[in-house]
Amino acid sequence: MAGSPEPAASRTSTAGVLLAPADVARVVDRMAHQLIEKAGEQLPDLVLVGIPTRGAPLARRLAARVAAFSGTAVDVGTVDITLYRDDLRMRGVRALEDTVLPAQGIDGRLVVLVDDVLFSGRSVRAALDALRDLGRPRTVQLAVLVDRGHRELPIRADYVGKNVPTSRAQQVRVHLAETDGTDEVLVTEEGSRA
Amino acid sequence: MKRHLLEAADLDRADATLVLDTAAQIDQALAGREVKKLPTLRGRTVVNLFYEDSTRTRISFELAAKRLSADVINFSAKGSSVSKGESLKDTALTLEAMGADAIVVRHSASGAPHRLANWVRGSVVNAGDGTHEHPTQALLDAYTIRHRLGRLDGVRVAIVGDVLHSRVARSNVWLLTTLGAEVTLVAPPTLLPVGVGSWPVGVSYDLDAVLPKADAVMMLRVQAERMNASFFPSAREYSRRYGLDARRMAALPDEAIVMHPGPMNRGMEIAADVADSVRSTIVEQVGNGVSVRMAVLYLLLGGSTR
Repeated sequence: MAGSPEPAASRTSTAGVLLAPADVARVVDRMAHQLIEKAGEQLPDLVLVGIPTRGAPLARRLAARVAAFSGTAVDVGTVDITLYRDDLRMRGVRALEDTVLPAQGIDGRLVVLVDDVLFSGRSVRAALDALRDLGRPRTVQLAVLVDRGHRELPIRADYVGKNVPTSRAQQVRVHLAETDGTDEVLVTEEGSRA
Repeated sequence: MKRHLLEAADLDRADATLVLDTAAQIDQALAGREVKKLPTLRGRTVVNLFYEDSTRTRISFELAAKRLSADVINFSAKGSSVSKGESLKDTALTLEAMGADAIVVRHSASGAPHRLANWVRGSVVNAGDGTHEHPTQALLDAYTIRHRLGRLDGVRVAIVGDVLHSRVARSNVWLLTTLGAEVTLVAPPTLLPVGVGSWPVGVSYDLDAVLPKADAVMMLRVQAERMNASFFPSAREYSRRYGLDARRMAALPDEAIVMHPGPMNRGMEIAADVADSVRSTIVEQVGNGVSVRMAVLYLLLGGSTR
């Protein structure tokens, strides 16, 4: 929910680069190690479920790194949360994105939701609602690339790539090679932008 | 998207594609789930206002609204104040006052949904008006073709039978051509509308000549209730010239599909063995109808209100 794809225009204002491409790779590697460590013997049960748009490629990357470091292949899925949002009336309708779960489902498994930016927590709440309709995981955890604060709900992340104190007027934009052509995280001052 | 869905021409190519894509995503999201319910339209009210008999369309809209968690009120003209003489406008204003966010209307008078749209603040969805249009049927037909054949652009669709009385045919003509399909109408001259020459379609009187070049054949129901004149000499003759039987089906290209909006007259416009063959998408169409109507309701109601 944090970054809509409009790279060139937003960079002209006071854009600060929070994570450069090499940093993104390093952060993802560290998160993969943490996932392996924390999952322990449950690693084969792990399912990384990305929240579109950018949580989906992020989940795939994490899964690839976990597999590379541990030698254990982990399942990946995506859950579109559009139909579960509580702000549809304010924001208007949007095109839906993929919902794909591994063939074995998520019942009784260790599900880690993956998103790019944790902000109000409302996306995560919607994702939890969606998961409840899709099955009954044993545990649900949350992994985010950037935690920018300003929570509006009692939600916290289990794995955080980078904590960034921000003001509400700022925007945090995550760009990933799969969706935007390059890996980087930017902070921009865009109070006027809706 | 516009606020109402009154006719297929309300949808440009981008909107129509958005509806089909949304329906596909909803299908995907609900596939294999035990709880086939989404919270999207919680607190919204959808009224099914049916002045004409209907089974599948009303149930399909009801199911679509319920799967999106909307509250659904079914209103049929029989057993309501309509039988006491209440007008469409007064009925609509009553429903509006009760807080209907969307009115799904079927009426025997062509244009009734258009009138309704001027009277109420909520969204109006045309579920069939007289011999005019039935846009959600066309959407589910387009969805079915795209699902089966993988595309709509350049697909050759033959619409066969009682085009004159068919709102399904009208909506399909506009929607399918908007989406890039090539439509050919096949019917006896008496069952084609007068202005058909100005439609963006081919016209033929000879089913056997069209079948080898069709990727999808849509058989229309012979509407006995609207047959108030001698449109063809006998049911038997109609069936022999314009009915789809196994012999004719064999003339279709290998991948071609056979469609019917239902309800069918087996043995009349479509033979029983054709209706039950693997080429037939008739049951699939019904299932797709729910997803497509969910997509329509989501796109019309999901966003900001008023």
